[in-house]
Amino acid sequence: MADHKDPRGTPRTKPRFSATYTPDVMSEIRRAAATGIYDIRGAGAKRPVPHFDDLLFLGASISRYPLEGYREKCGTEVILGSRFAKKPIKLKTPVTIAGMSFGSLSANAKEALGRGATIAGTSTTTGDGGMTPEERGHSKTLVYQYLPSRYGMNPDDLRKADAIEVVIGQGAKPGGGGMLLGQKITERVAGMRCLPPGVDQRSACRHPDWTGPDDLEIKIGELREVTDWEKPIYVKVGASRPYYDTALAVKSGADVVVLDGMQGGTAATQDVFIEHVGIPTLAAIRPAVQALQDLGMHRKVQLIISGGIRSGADVAKALALGADAVAIGTAALIALGDNDPRWEAEYQALGTTAGAYDDWHEGKDPAGITTQDPELMKRLDPELAGRRLANFLAVMTLEAQTIARAAGKSHLHNLEPEDLVALTIEAAAMAQVPLAGTNWVPGKTGL
Amino acid sequence: MCGIVGLFLKNPNLEPQLGKLLSDMLETMTDRGPDSAGIAVYGSDTEGVKLTLRGPDQAALAETISQLESVFDRSFAKTARDTHTVLSVPAERETKIRAWLKENAPGIDVVSAGKRMEIYKEVGLPASVAERFDLASMSGSHGIGHTRMATESAVVTNGAHPFSTGLDECLVHNGSLSNHNGMRRKLQREGLTFKTQNDTEVAAGYLSWRMREGASLKEALESSLTDLDGFFTFVVGTENGFAVVRDPIACKPAVMAETDDYVAFGSEYRALVGLPGIENARVFEPEPAKVYAWERH
Amino acid sequence: MPTFDLNNSPLRDLNQALHALRSDTNETHWTVNHPEGRHAIAAGLDAPITVEIEGIVGYYCAGMNKQASVLINGNAGVGVAENMISGFVHVRGDASQSAGATAHGGLLLIDGNAGARCGISMKGIDIVVKKSIGHMSAFMAQAGSLVVLGDAGEALGDSLYEAKLFVRGSVASLGADCIEKPMEDEHRELLYAKLKNAGLAGEVDPSDFKRYGSARTLYHFHVDNAGAY
Repeated sequence: MADHKDPRGTPRTKPRFSATYTPDVMSEIRRAAATGIYDIRGAGAKRPVPHFDDLLFLGASISRYPLEGYREKCGTEVILGSRFAKKPIKLKTPVTIAGMSFGSLSANAKEALGRGATIAGTSTTTGDGGMTPEERGHSKTLVYQYLPSRYGMNPDDLRKADAIEVVIGQGAKPGGGGMLLGQKITERVAGMRCLPPGVDQRSACRHPDWTGPDDLEIKIGELREVTDWEKPIYVKVGASRPYYDTALAVKSGADVVVLDGMQGGTAATQDVFIEHVGIPTLAAIRPAVQALQDLGMHRKVQLIISGGIRSGADVAKALALGADAVAIGTAALIALGDNDPRWEAEYQALGTTAGAYDDWHEGKDPAGITTQDPELMKRLDPELAGRRLANFLAVMTLEAQTIARAAGKSHLHNLEPEDLVALTIEAAAMAQVPLAGTNWVPGKTGL
Repeated sequence: MCGIVGLFLKNPNLEPQLGKLLSDMLETMTDRGPDSAGIAVYGSDTEGVKLTLRGPDQAALAETISQLESVFDRSFAKTARDTHTVLSVPAERETKIRAWLKENAPGIDVVSAGKRMEIYKEVGLPASVAERFDLASMSGSHGIGHTRMATESAVVTNGAHPFSTGLDECLVHNGSLSNHNGMRRKLQREGLTFKTQNDTEVAAGYLSWRMREGASLKEALESSLTDLDGFFTFVVGTENGFAVVRDPIACKPAVMAETDDYVAFGSEYRALVGLPGIENARVFEPEPAKVYAWERH
Repeated sequence: MPTFDLNNSPLRDLNQALHALRSDTNETHWTVNHPEGRHAIAAGLDAPITVEIEGIVGYYCAGMNKQASVLINGNAGVGVAENMISGFVHVRGDASQSAGATAHGGLLLIDGNAGARCGISMKGIDIVVKKSIGHMSAFMAQAGSLVVLGDAGEALGDSLYEAKLFVRGSVASLGADCIEKPMEDEHRELLYAKLKNAGLAGEVDPSDFKRYGSARTLYHFHVDNAGAY
């Protein structure tokens, strides 16, 4: 490129952007100055963080023997809640659907999630807003979230559920409460939540009637009493201090711990919260597994990992690091049709583009998923979308099996950390596996 | 995260039963704190100062004490209970004895010091801890106990409560502080030393520091409401009584019962069920951000 | 008239026996002895029965109640009648914090005081407290009514939605977005109906109460209210 010159041809310093005050940063400062409100959006952390892509599997060769695809079995089923519940959950695949509320999602989208999960033989989960009959009807295995707001919470639905998930936090906002802005608080959503229609709803960040593990234990005891000790009880936490939180969930009596990393999505939260609070999924798994192992509870209390799980490779890696199952949210929405380029013109009209649309709280989703607008909702056919989700879940499961067989495993749960190496020092340190081609685990072993 | 119990006897006839009542109370709080347990008992007065020492086992403690006795060329009154031994030493020798222990017996901790207070704590379920120390046989005017569910610091004996805050003073805590690391650094600059990463030890150190600077216990507790951030119910034992304070949000539970014979504290009512005459006690919850104190006259 | 002694049989057996009752059961009056602060006694009931508990109960007594009447002859621990849907829970002593939390319906009557966070996130329940309530009561209260014959602690009705609050005594302070509202005839009538439902008709004069409700300024985020969040 030619040198920068002034009109008389004298070379001059090229205009230089600051690495600190990037165009993006300056644009956000101008937006804040103009509006006086922090940026609210949906989805999870968008910044680059060390992730499963930075890990690779070591396939079998001479020292290990692989299994034949299609002909030699590689099991995928998983049992959740075997610690205390009389009726643990049995799933055909370790890929479950994460909690997403009716309210943040349309009724059709919730129905599609239920249909897809049911075809795939896995579970789906309610969210901050209660259980809809459509959702219950179309979900063979439904996990009922028990949240600080208790919107729509009632004992009948608790008993209709197959498991109960006590939500303490989520990866996008550990320590924060939910938000649902007025645009999406329609009559039906408001009715289910006992709110005036159209208000900006802010959920509490702490449960109203307990705080801390000693009181959580008593709360879990109540939930077990109300449901006659039948249902598995999950405890969901956002990843921030996973060792302590996992240990305390176990001590409080959980059957299952759900650990959600910072890439895990949310319906609506401050961008500053999503991008700056919590830790990446990859960094959270090993401390949680360590806590379970230290308590002698690994595989007895199951661990479900979520936050940025997108493929069978991610599933296999999470399981190899010690998880029993995973949950997908954002990937499931994409499978339904979220951010599909077919709606590009409409994304453009909203000032964004397919693939970057995250103003889920505004309720104008062209794909008809994160909306309560009756016209937009119609765009999502719950049967077709459910089929797409089922296909995606099947592909993820097949992919995970492909990897497991290549590593000589007859069940996904036999994947181990020793089957993995890392491409970067950061990932090696977080996953506590060696840097590829070395035996160096940063912070652990020599060389 | 934890269970707290406390019992302050107004009726001296109950004093022989203090240990029994307290150990029953402690055991009811097992669910809240299965990791470790501890108790502070205010028993008989001593001539000098009672030092509660803790060692890896009774033999090691006995060995250290016999060395100590030969160095100081005299024998001290002592009572051994499992891993702890209470040693009565002349007040004027206390500093020298502590210095000698620090120098020559790194495996031995001085858990507490006081004219009347003795502190016992160990890792394990509350019932087994109470049994190891034969808590039920102890008599005294008042005592506080604690069962711990460790949150962020290790399950070790040093992390067990009560924490001594000074002569005849100790602290137990239910909750979780959020500014204890910064406070620990500040207190370390003031010359205090800490044995653990535990938030409660910081709270105990904070009270010691405030009282060293001239505050009364009540004033120290009142200023803790602004200086300590997070969630807490504190119960503090003193030579002549005990005090209770809850943070302003007061999420962590606290129940009290008062009769003509005693004042009792429990994280839950379950802890108070076995007390004599509880059915006619005045049962109430302490208000947030308010210091309650009971004194022996 | 079944009687159940919790010192002799486990709580789980009591609750499962109560859950097994059908709506046409003739075992309509149960007595529970020696509650001794146990948690979740008579939680999750769903039948038109009366359960009388002789003594002090722990956390979540009558939690998620439907239809049943639960009478507690003593104090109640944290979260009594939490998330109640319908029915009647009567605490003849004091109640701890979070009494009636998130409850959707029914009546919670407390003869003594209620602790902090009484009626937090309430969603339609009627709560009547004959003495006083603690701080942060009716926090984010969405619907229903809270009637207090005594005083209210700090930050009453913080971030209130549409629940209706009536206090006869003093209020230590109002929370963000909670304001005193004029007491008109319709409100006195409503309050009278609530008092009557709690068996207090004629015992107190509705005119002695002040009414508090949402100023609705936090319903839609505005930067000038940021200090209230």
